[in-house]
Amino acid sequence: MPKRVLMQGNEACVEGAIAAGMRFFAGYPITPSTEIAEVSAVRLPQVGGHFVQMEDEIASIACAIGASTAGAKAMTATSGPGFSLKQENLGYACLTEIPLVVVDVQRSGPSTGLPTSPSQGDVMMSRWGTHGDHPIIVISPSSVKETYELAIRCFNLAEKYRQPVIFLMDEIVGHLREGIEIPENVETVDRPTVEHPTAKLAAYHVEPGQLVPAMAPFGHGQRYNISGLFSNEKGFPTNSNELTEEKMQRIMHKISDNYDDIVQVEETGLEDAEVAVFCYGGTTRAAITAVEEARAKGIKAGIFRPVTIWPFAERELDAVCKKVKKIVVAEHNYGQLLHEVERVAQGRCKISFIGKVNGTVITPDEILAKIEEE
Amino acid sequence: MAGVNMTGVSPKTAQVSDLIWKYMRPENMPHIWCPGCGHGIIMREVAQAVENLGIDRDKLMIVSGIGCSSRAAGYMDANTLHTTHGRAIAFATGIKIANPELEVIVLTGDGDASAIGGNHLIHACRRNIGLTVVVMNNSIYGMTGGQYSPTTPTGEFGTTAPYGNIDRDFDVAQLAIGAGATYAAKGSVYHVPQTVKLIENGIKHKGFSIIDVADVCPTYYGRKNKKGSAVNMMQYQKDNMVPADKAKTMTEEELKGKIVVGLLKETEYPEYTEEYQKIIDRFVKGAK
Amino acid sequence: MSKMELRLAGSGGQGVILATVILAEAAVIAGKYTAQSQSYGPEARGGSAKAEVIISDDPIGFTKVQKPSFLMALTQDSLNKYGKNLPEGCIVVVDDSIEHIPDMPGCKVLTLPILSTAREKVGRAQTANIVAVGAINDLLHLVDHEHLREAVLSRIPKGTEELNMKALEMGMALNASV
Repeated sequence: MPKRVLMQGNEACVEGAIAAGMRFFAGYPITPSTEIAEVSAVRLPQVGGHFVQMEDEIASIACAIGASTAGAKAMTATSGPGFSLKQENLGYACLTEIPLVVVDVQRSGPSTGLPTSPSQGDVMMSRWGTHGDHPIIVISPSSVKETYELAIRCFNLAEKYRQPVIFLMDEIVGHLREGIEIPENVETVDRPTVEHPTAKLAAYHVEPGQLVPAMAPFGHGQRYNISGLFSNEKGFPTNSNELTEEKMQRIMHKISDNYDDIVQVEETGLEDAEVAVFCYGGTTRAAITAVEEARAKGIKAGIFRPVTIWPFAERELDAVCKKVKKIVVAEHNYGQLLHEVERVAQGRCKISFIGKVNGTVITPDEILAKIEEE
Repeated sequence: MAGVNMTGVSPKTAQVSDLIWKYMRPENMPHIWCPGCGHGIIMREVAQAVENLGIDRDKLMIVSGIGCSSRAAGYMDANTLHTTHGRAIAFATGIKIANPELEVIVLTGDGDASAIGGNHLIHACRRNIGLTVVVMNNSIYGMTGGQYSPTTPTGEFGTTAPYGNIDRDFDVAQLAIGAGATYAAKGSVYHVPQTVKLIENGIKHKGFSIIDVADVCPTYYGRKNKKGSAVNMMQYQKDNMVPADKAKTMTEEELKGKIVVGLLKETEYPEYTEEYQKIIDRFVKGAK
Repeated sequence: MSKMELRLAGSGGQGVILATVILAEAAVIAGKYTAQSQSYGPEARGGSAKAEVIISDDPIGFTKVQKPSFLMALTQDSLNKYGKNLPEGCIVVVDDSIEHIPDMPGCKVLTLPILSTAREKVGRAQTANIVAVGAINDLLHLVDHEHLREAVLSRIPKGTEELNMKALEMGMALNASV
């Protein structure tokens, strides 16, 4: 029998991460993500892993990336202001293909904002925060149970694709406590490595048709170089425009070609729906209640929820746009994924928006009013 | 033309020492450093220290940041990580904690270590984590073309100090001592055998060690400050060297412009990864 | 009971958050659905604190309390702030130290000596939240007594079991009823 326990979202994030194999966490205290560092500090040595509190947010992500190059499944966690500070090194890990999970428990911003209040204002920063074009995977949970499960998925995707994955939580779920069942067994994925490290000297070499390089962790005889400069397959800096093009194409295709494996959505009651509520993360909970109330009133409403935020679930949303009359976009920001929805809808259905940026949560009544609106 | 082109040169015929062939990656030559630059000398000093200690290159980890100095990582045949500006020590901290068996050496410049990376430097000192930091201290930002750095002496010139530098300069080794470094030394590119020994002892030291090496940048610092050729700058190091022991008896005024070489501090304190292992051992028997 | 929405309010440090966590824990032990959350300012002590817990036989959508079926206020400030716009039939427990009770139309208002019981009968002011938990469960019949005991024991510091069990019993002994 799986054990049923009361757990906070932030705590479930750590427990899921440990179940996925996380053995290294570097962090810096920041509300509302601090519990992730606190629980990691307690739990990691218990499983033979390491926790370190670094001197700042930049050091935290750098330290986690370093640990990952030495073979540890590593994570760092923060909130808005800290997520801003981590952006440069996030891009480093994207280009150098180092597996990493970065948690952002979003809070009200900009600047110091309302530190203890919910927001979803970092959605675009999670996509474009670091400089330069880059691939990214972003996942957002809507319940404590899902926080546990998706933390595992973040690690599995990070390892499989040698790619930083952003776990985009929000204060609603991070500080929520719910009962969850802890599964006895979870499926975990380890990064592609090489059997004979001394034999493969070009660490970033990939066979034709493959997109993810197999590399041994540092210290296993491969003696390669990793650089944040565009590099050749041995990891040494190059000014070659051809090699730069090749590398960019490969790391971008690594994610886009695996859309079906990476992109997850949850569709509820959309079979006959005339109105779809588009929401994600903690906002989903208000939408569930709003749609139940709408159905009780005889309105054919449903929910379209991207679980994977980036890459954007445009294929699935496209199918929804073909059949519903209206999409109500609900997010705790001034309209960020709204523009993605409009881009996919291309005027085929009406788009209505409800956003909140005052530190309070969107209520079911507010969503219901938008559903009912002519 | 920078550096020596070793591509296609056979080890049998080249006028290159066995040390270079063993510790460098010939395919990455020529290096990008200017003629007369001291970085190559420091890289060789590090290689010689590693060789003297008989460290397995598979367990040798070189981490660097950004700047001229930081290209050294790519030139050395070890596990090498060329990171972001200022963050080498933070990356190295993660590596050392995740795998304490690795011998982790950070190669960094004065700007990288004491300006943008100053916070990481002082906290690594405080933590006493087993890293060896070698500062290639040429008192200038070379890669970006000669701006003044935290170690540019007051009154000297850089492209961003066109009227003379009004900032006070850091003494990086003393900064590290103030932050709790348990091993701190000063070397130079002229005093090679002494500096090799100081790096060697720094690597052997249990805990954090820093070797602040007085470097020469004839291209930018030298030209901007009329220091003459690389040879003149090396001659200056020779003529103005003060042994660390003697320096302790001298006043700040007397030390102005002097090149201190020697050990400044060596003390014992528990090393970070060993202390953390004790916490793990409370829960997990025989865990690494 | 199919769904109860509880809101507890007081000043920071009175332990209203922990009280709702214990009720949520008891709900999990009892096999019910629950969602517990809180809002607070940056202060660890002082300032206002509000905590909420929903306990339901069915899965919970929206996790915040919208129409509280129950409100407990331990301070005048928190009563002034949250004792407004309450739905018909809401049960309101007010600590008897509160001097001015505003008009709360449609609500069943009850005054209980939560803080003084903790301070005087249990002997520790800090146990007020456990006294409250005992009184609330006795009043609302949320979970079996055994489940609540287990929940309290799982969330209090080691070495305080006896004190907190006493507080729980004292809370129940207030014989709150409406």
